[in-house]
Amino acid sequence: MESERGASGAPRSADLPARGAGGDDPGGGVPFPGSGSGSSPLLPTDVLSLDEDEDDLEVFSKDASLMDMNSFSPVMPTSPLSMINQIKFEDEPDLKDLFITVDEPESHVTTIETFITYRIITKTSRGEFDSSEFEVRRRYQDFLWLKGKLEESHPTLIIPPLPEKFIVKGMVERFNDDFIETRRKALHKFLNRIADHPTLTFNEDFKVFLTAEAWDLSSHKKQGPGLLSRMGQTVKAVASSMRGVKNRPEEFMEMNNFIEIFSQKINLIDKISQRIYKEEREYFDEMKEYGPIHILWSASEEDLVDILKGIASCIDKCRKATERRMSGLSEALLPVVHEYVLYSEMLMGVMKRRDQIQAELDSKIEALTSKKGDPHLLTEEIGRLEDKVECANNALKADWERWKQNMQNDIKSAFTDMAEENIHYYEQCLATWESFLTSQTELHLEEDSEDKL
Amino acid sequence: MEPTPPDPERQMQPAPLKPPGHPDSGLEAAIREEAEGAPEDSSGLGTMTENNFWLKKIEISVSEAEKRTGRNAMNMQETYTAYLIETRSVEHADGQSVLTDSLWRRYSEFELLRNYLLVYYPHIVVPPLPEKRAEFVWHKLSADNMDPDFVERRRIGLENFLLRVASHPILCRDKIFYLFLTQEGNWKETVNETGFQLKVDSRLKALNATFRVKNPDKRFTELKHYSDELQSVISHLLRVRARVADRLYGVYKVHGNYGRVFSEWSAIEKEMGDGLQSAGHHMDVYASSIDDILEDEEHYADQLKEYLFYAEALRAVCRKHELMQYDLEMAAQDLASKKQQCEELATGTVRTFSLKGMTTKLFGQETPEQREARIKVLEEQINEGEQQLKSKNLEGREFVKNAWADIERFKEQKNRDLKEALISYAIMQISMCKKGIQVWTNAKECFSKM
Repeated sequence: MESERGASGAPRSADLPARGAGGDDPGGGVPFPGSGSGSSPLLPTDVLSLDEDEDDLEVFSKDASLMDMNSFSPVMPTSPLSMINQIKFEDEPDLKDLFITVDEPESHVTTIETFITYRIITKTSRGEFDSSEFEVRRRYQDFLWLKGKLEESHPTLIIPPLPEKFIVKGMVERFNDDFIETRRKALHKFLNRIADHPTLTFNEDFKVFLTAEAWDLSSHKKQGPGLLSRMGQTVKAVASSMRGVKNRPEEFMEMNNFIEIFSQKINLIDKISQRIYKEEREYFDEMKEYGPIHILWSASEEDLVDILKGIASCIDKCRKATERRMSGLSEALLPVVHEYVLYSEMLMGVMKRRDQIQAELDSKIEALTSKKGDPHLLTEEIGRLEDKVECANNALKADWERWKQNMQNDIKSAFTDMAEENIHYYEQCLATWESFLTSQTELHLEEDSEDKL
Repeated sequence: MEPTPPDPERQMQPAPLKPPGHPDSGLEAAIREEAEGAPEDSSGLGTMTENNFWLKKIEISVSEAEKRTGRNAMNMQETYTAYLIETRSVEHADGQSVLTDSLWRRYSEFELLRNYLLVYYPHIVVPPLPEKRAEFVWHKLSADNMDPDFVERRRIGLENFLLRVASHPILCRDKIFYLFLTQEGNWKETVNETGFQLKVDSRLKALNATFRVKNPDKRFTELKHYSDELQSVISHLLRVRARVADRLYGVYKVHGNYGRVFSEWSAIEKEMGDGLQSAGHHMDVYASSIDDILEDEEHYADQLKEYLFYAEALRAVCRKHELMQYDLEMAAQDLASKKQQCEELATGTVRTFSLKGMTTKLFGQETPEQREARIKVLEEQINEGEQQLKSKNLEGREFVKNAWADIERFKEQKNRDLKEALISYAIMQISMCKKGIQVWTNAKECFSKM
């Protein structure tokens, strides 16, 4: 894991000017804390509190542009762990030139509805962008639109999942703080995953999403295939997938099998992890009274005051450690597992779309062999469709490998973090109890020697 | 099974076997014993202040528990548990122990023994028995009296009870206690023959005394408050501890599910497979480790429970004091009123209202002979009353002195025991943390190899 972290480095944004140019920058943007008065962003290494790991420090210290990435921290309270997760998205570490953050959820009330928008800040050095910094506000609907467009343009690529529209279980109101925060983090991840994807990152709709003002976005959305034609395509798609896939190649059979089992297992793991969090929370709640009872008891016991107070304090400290463990779990493990639950649904959709494309080809071939329709036209279409199928299959194959690699890394690091949180928890509790025991033993020895006097 | 413990007869005073009607026969005997000072033998059995001199000579253990069926008093079939009590005498020279007695007793016989001790040693804080029914149960623990874990913990509790009695400087010398350990058959009859049940102070009498006593020794009043607080706080603590244990159980056990799922998942993974599988194994280890941890904690809870029940024993001593004090106050009041009556008769003045006074007014004065006779009777009663008051006073003071001595002994024992229990709790937590660190370190290694 260390080597991966070390490998991702050297963003080229050292070339970035300190402030965005022109009117794109709405007044009151966040200054880079890394950069002083807007000149060279070089900083001494002790400012870097991202990571204690020496190897990483050595790599990053030479590259002051990491400071720019750090500058995101005050804008969005990311834990060091999730920042590292961000870095791991890198496929081609040397070429990361697009940085996106999602923050500042705001509630908007109109006569018709209430909704939340999120601020999206994009910083880039790419030429095709008119500017190097953008700030826009988007709502969940806009994200849905973007996802739809991406799926349309790249039907067999593995598009990152969006957080759910609603969470039925335990939802008191649509806009409670935890829900919004969880969603914000997931949206942040969504956009960054797209940015890191070798193909999707150059998608035009993605660029529009990141840069267009609200009215530009609305008009852009209205372009493209009309609603009716889109509906028509959907009907055709459903019809063809109903026909089933007879000729699914072996490797895709394997892939499908994997996806099915993976989906089962990751869903179970999601449930288990949520349950653990719930049990830990209930344990934390019960502990509330436990320490104070010992204090109450000490009020009626002259000789036992010290030891009882000592125990009460140990219990309270362990309780705090439990709280920390819970929050570690909810930051490091739960979002990752849940994202992969959504991914597994996504994957099934991708498989279906691939199968659909193949089904189109198959049906044309069938038509040709059973002599239905114009052979010339059919042959032409078949040629076109064969290309389409080949493209789709190759795209999926490549993306599949990439996805699997990422999944492995993400799962591995999520569970390693969970183990680390638990180790830390037990270490803290151990230290608390051991120091209590030592103080009692010392006291005991003192008393003994006093008695002997 | 001929019992041959070293000179038991000499150490056993047959004090409690006085005929009924001597309500404080036990107390008198106890006083006599203490007045006698150190026993006559020279084998270094120690003085009254050495708590465990009896333990030097014998070892007691409740070594087994067995389910039995039999017929009860109403000739109905019942199932109960019998406990094997083994007594060993320890030879001085080589420290080897020889089994001298072994018999079976059931819980109700322990109760009988304790009730007997309560009657004959009211100034002693009599050790409590383990709970009759399982309380402060958390969900995994069974509330069933026949449950093997409960039986096991009760076995330990009963052994603890016997050891406490045996190590008490006064109680250990009781003959009925000795017979409990050595005479299987007929013991119940022997106890009942002492007629101790007749001497039990009625609850109503005790309650009455508690409300009406005017001048109890303040220390006993404070002790009563203390025992109430002790009972309340320990109950509360045990309840919360049980709930916390329940939650902790939940946290650990859910992790066990990871084991199963990881194992199934590892089947489809090429590179991650091994790591997942072995990590899953560690999750299973983690989940199952909670069983031992909580079993140990249950023993800790039992230690606290003993002192929860000791609170009632403390209150029993306080009640006895209040009874005696009330009795004394009543006797003094009665004496005072008789003296006044006598004086009035002698001087002819009627200051107090009396039935005699009324009838005199209605039916005429009594004759001088009648008056003389009455004065004589009263004077006799007054004499007797003064004697009784004196002896009651003496008894009361003796009781307070002896009770307070035992209470001081109890306080020290309590502080020692509770400190030890609390420290052992800390040690348990430390052990739990160490196990946790180990399991998660192993799991982390597996995860990082995925």
